[in-house]
Amino acid sequence: MKKFTVIFLVAAVLVSFAFLSGCSKDSGTIKIGVAGAHSGDLASYGIPSVKAAELVVEDWNANGGVLGKQIELVVEDDVCKPEVATNTAAKLVGEEVVAVIGHICSGATKAALGIYKDSDIICISPSATNPPLTQSGDYPNFYRTIAPDDAQARLEVDFATQTLGFKKLAVLHDKGDYGKGLAEFAKAMIESDGVAEIVLYEGITVGAVDYSAVLNKVKNSGAEAIIYGGYHPEASKLVGQMRKKGMDTVFISDDGVKDDTFIKVAGEYAEGVYATGPMDTSSNTLTMAANKAHQDKYGEDPGAFFLNAYAATTAILNAIEKAGSTDYDALTKALQSEYVDTTLGSISFDNKGDAIGVGFSVFQVQNGVYVEIQ
Amino acid sequence: MSDTAKNGLSRYITAKDVKRSAIMAVWFMFLTFPIMVIKVNTVTDTVEWRWFNMLIIGVASFILSHVWKLMIDRREGRMADAVSSSVIVEKKTLRDRMEEKPMIKKVGSLVILVIAVLFPIVTGMYQTSIMITALLYVVLALGLNIIVGLGGLLVLGYIVFYGVGAYTYALLNYHFGLNFWLALPLGGIFAMIIGILIAIPVLRLRGDYLAIVTLAFGEIFRIVMENWNGLSFGPSGIANIPRPTLFGLDFSIQQSTTLTYYVIVIFVIITIFIVRRLEDSRLGRAWVAMREDEIAGEAMGIDMWKTKLAAFALSTFWAGVAGVIFAGKTTFINPASFTMWESILVLCMVVLGGMGSIPGVISGALIITLLPEYLRAFSELRMLIFGAVLVLVMVFKPEGMIPAIRQKYEFKGITGNKNKGDK
Amino acid sequence: MNSTYFIELFLGGLTRGSIYALIALGYTMVYGIIQLINFAHGEIYMIGAFTALIVSGALAFTGLDPVLIFLIAAVVAVVWSASYGITMEKIAYKPLRKAPRLSALISAIGMSMFLQNYVLLAQTSDFQPFPELIPDLAFLDPVSNIMNTTQFIILVTTAVVMILFTLLIRYTRIGKAMRATAQDKIMAQLVGINVNRVIMFTFLIGSSTAAIGGVLISSHVGQINFYIGFIAGIKAFVAAVLGGIGSIPGAVLGSFVLGLTESFGTGYISSDYEDVFAFAFLIIILIFRPSGLLGKPTKKKV
Repeated sequence: MKKFTVIFLVAAVLVSFAFLSGCSKDSGTIKIGVAGAHSGDLASYGIPSVKAAELVVEDWNANGGVLGKQIELVVEDDVCKPEVATNTAAKLVGEEVVAVIGHICSGATKAALGIYKDSDIICISPSATNPPLTQSGDYPNFYRTIAPDDAQARLEVDFATQTLGFKKLAVLHDKGDYGKGLAEFAKAMIESDGVAEIVLYEGITVGAVDYSAVLNKVKNSGAEAIIYGGYHPEASKLVGQMRKKGMDTVFISDDGVKDDTFIKVAGEYAEGVYATGPMDTSSNTLTMAANKAHQDKYGEDPGAFFLNAYAATTAILNAIEKAGSTDYDALTKALQSEYVDTTLGSISFDNKGDAIGVGFSVFQVQNGVYVEIQ
Repeated sequence: MSDTAKNGLSRYITAKDVKRSAIMAVWFMFLTFPIMVIKVNTVTDTVEWRWFNMLIIGVASFILSHVWKLMIDRREGRMADAVSSSVIVEKKTLRDRMEEKPMIKKVGSLVILVIAVLFPIVTGMYQTSIMITALLYVVLALGLNIIVGLGGLLVLGYIVFYGVGAYTYALLNYHFGLNFWLALPLGGIFAMIIGILIAIPVLRLRGDYLAIVTLAFGEIFRIVMENWNGLSFGPSGIANIPRPTLFGLDFSIQQSTTLTYYVIVIFVIITIFIVRRLEDSRLGRAWVAMREDEIAGEAMGIDMWKTKLAAFALSTFWAGVAGVIFAGKTTFINPASFTMWESILVLCMVVLGGMGSIPGVISGALIITLLPEYLRAFSELRMLIFGAVLVLVMVFKPEGMIPAIRQKYEFKGITGNKNKGDK
Repeated sequence: MNSTYFIELFLGGLTRGSIYALIALGYTMVYGIIQLINFAHGEIYMIGAFTALIVSGALAFTGLDPVLIFLIAAVVAVVWSASYGITMEKIAYKPLRKAPRLSALISAIGMSMFLQNYVLLAQTSDFQPFPELIPDLAFLDPVSNIMNTTQFIILVTTAVVMILFTLLIRYTRIGKAMRATAQDKIMAQLVGINVNRVIMFTFLIGSSTAAIGGVLISSHVGQINFYIGFIAGIKAFVAAVLGGIGSIPGAVLGSFVLGLTESFGTGYISSDYEDVFAFAFLIIILIFRPSGLLGKPTKKKV
């Protein structure tokens, strides 16, 4: 048969694709990459960042861009998979971006960072919360506009044991890198504090048909509260099933759950659930403007990490302007020394890359909305 | 071309066809009505009626049903052709011509080789990086082809061995600082050991039972890796795995990506070479016998147990090696990269391309990995298109895009040697 | 060990097993007749759940009794799922009757991806809350801490479906035709059975039971998205193989065994390894009984 014809065709198509996408070099603009999950099941965490970056850049471009040049966004999808993220990163490097807003998931970020580091590209993530990203010192080019997991776990544990005064806690997680990481910090902190006791520490199976067995176990363990590390779909199933069983165990979770979708899906069962999340800055004028711009353009409220991404984009553009160049060292200095007014308040970065001025608070669902309580 | 096929092509559309297509259109409009037309929001209790979608579906299925009918007719025609013509006329295909003139094949292979060698130089790092991913899947697909295509054993957990290879490198490097080049064979050997250990208890299972058991092993591997933090660092994975370098030199990412590319190209060539050799070997023929009829094979004195084990061992070795290269390429691994979905994908490559056929499997792997990458423009629709392509290729080319040709061994008289006829 | 806990886990396991059983029936029947692992079967379950969600959402305005809405939604879900099942068979499997079996498997995988993404595109990837339509049953109040209303309804419905199903297979003409076709397709044709019609009917019945499972589970868990079919489908497939694929009582037994294994494994050991228990159990069973619990040992053809 035509095996070689087919191979030839495949090869020819490949090569032509390669050439087509290989020769698009243009230095008239300053390019910023936006990487993250823009398709697949985690797309709802990645798309708001793209919208945020677009809104900021439109705003700046309308005011003359930065360093006299227009800003151009290069948006690339990594589906939150490490193996795809390396290709995405390579593509962005090839496009000669000066900085990247992203990635969204910690695993993908780790895989991509090495490539950015080698090419002296700054990377600011709106959502990668894994502590070693900043604390290990392996990634000097990494910054984030969100607090790391350990800070969040600390807050949850303190809230559960001190504010609410619980003695028996169940720690659950979704076995994912984000959820399990958080749960492990929480577990270690509860153990070292010695105030409360962990009566149950379990990973649940994402996508399981139901969670009645693990909830029975929680009930049987006598836990007063559950600290859950993971995202909102599983959380709303857990809470819903728990309340239907007549269990009134308190549910404390993280910023993966502090999402309006959670309330929408869990409905009445969401009432009373606690979640930690970035401090409420919605009364901040910049934040109101950003939210309004999103409303005007898309006709709906912004999604997860929108404000973080908005702040990240503002921060990098500000740094480019302050540094007066797109040079890596100058940018690093500007990021770490200059305070900038963003949608998250006035922030700067410490020398590890964590944002100064971005804090977490505890929220509770009251009458169908998240209310900041601490 | 036969009469039936001609009729299928040039036939004008009759009233009957229109009626049939109209019925199809109505049927699909009915079928997709709830999901395409109605969108409810149970929170705000609002319902959106998207009648326009229904119109699109109606028109699209009206047209597509014509195309479908035409294609099915052609397919039937071709099948009828094949039956009638196989005895009388042998059509000269490119493959036959290649047999007659080995030059075509040689020149073709040379051109492909030159393209492969020049690829990273001509294109950028992004293209090279994508190509590495694609070639990794080529190695995986060729490896799985040994079990599935040649041996006829359905395995749905192949990605385990890829994972074993990747973790071998990551962990040995983390604990003992082992470098890439040493890990390369070790990853393969380790995957092979695991492969044999898994194979021993399950080899007596047949067909779909084997498939599900290997699927189960695949899931167990992933879940254990997620939970056993002490061994695998759980879902947060292992970062900072060094990229391959040469002679202890400091390589830039660009350079080591290029190096990885050449490593994988060499591995693809070695794999092709070995699989080609194996096909004609005693073992290869034993595999084919096993695929066609196990009992008859056993009756001919083939030790089925050993044959199966050999298929597993060899096949898993390649997966392990590919895993090491994968870890070296991404520098970060976690269990999420080794899901059942990946196993299914590799199986799709083998079957889509043509089981047992090396050029087929390679094309299958390249198309499946590169299609979604280049379909990014249609990001939302790409998986939909991909699913449809799988169905369509299978319906219209059930043997795969480039089916394997059966070896024919002919006995040409007493004086002549036993010649290999058509290949 | 306290006994309430045991009973809770037991009932939880049964509930799960019921859902698996409703899906596994379709798997095992299709396998019995055309030896195809219908990978897209889980998507039919998902489509059933979505259709019910959409219908009940659209009917919410009419002010009908919630229970009535639920019943209408369930019936519509069954009708549409069955239609999807038949159409799927016509497009993706029928042209492949004479093709290698793996080709049909890949076609099924393609179909599964297609249907998932079709629902994703038409209905977004978000989880959507499934309205609560079934009021709490008063007589369950005393035991509501161990068994809630939806659980009870799942168990009862599954039992009824199973009984009807057995009657159908055993005593009706089409049931007999199905059994005959499963045993020997060519012989069945010779005695005048329209095999194509039997296969179509198999898909129809299998899809209907899967849709019932989909409706029940979504009212139990309270939310669905386009991806729920994949995992449930794999589990049901495991259950079908565990019981002996092709055997209908086997699929039911396998489903309950699987559901209970998961429930007790989670309850008494750890949910970290919930799926490992299920899969390890499957492997052990298959090593000792290579054709599953109730499967007939494959005859070696000579």
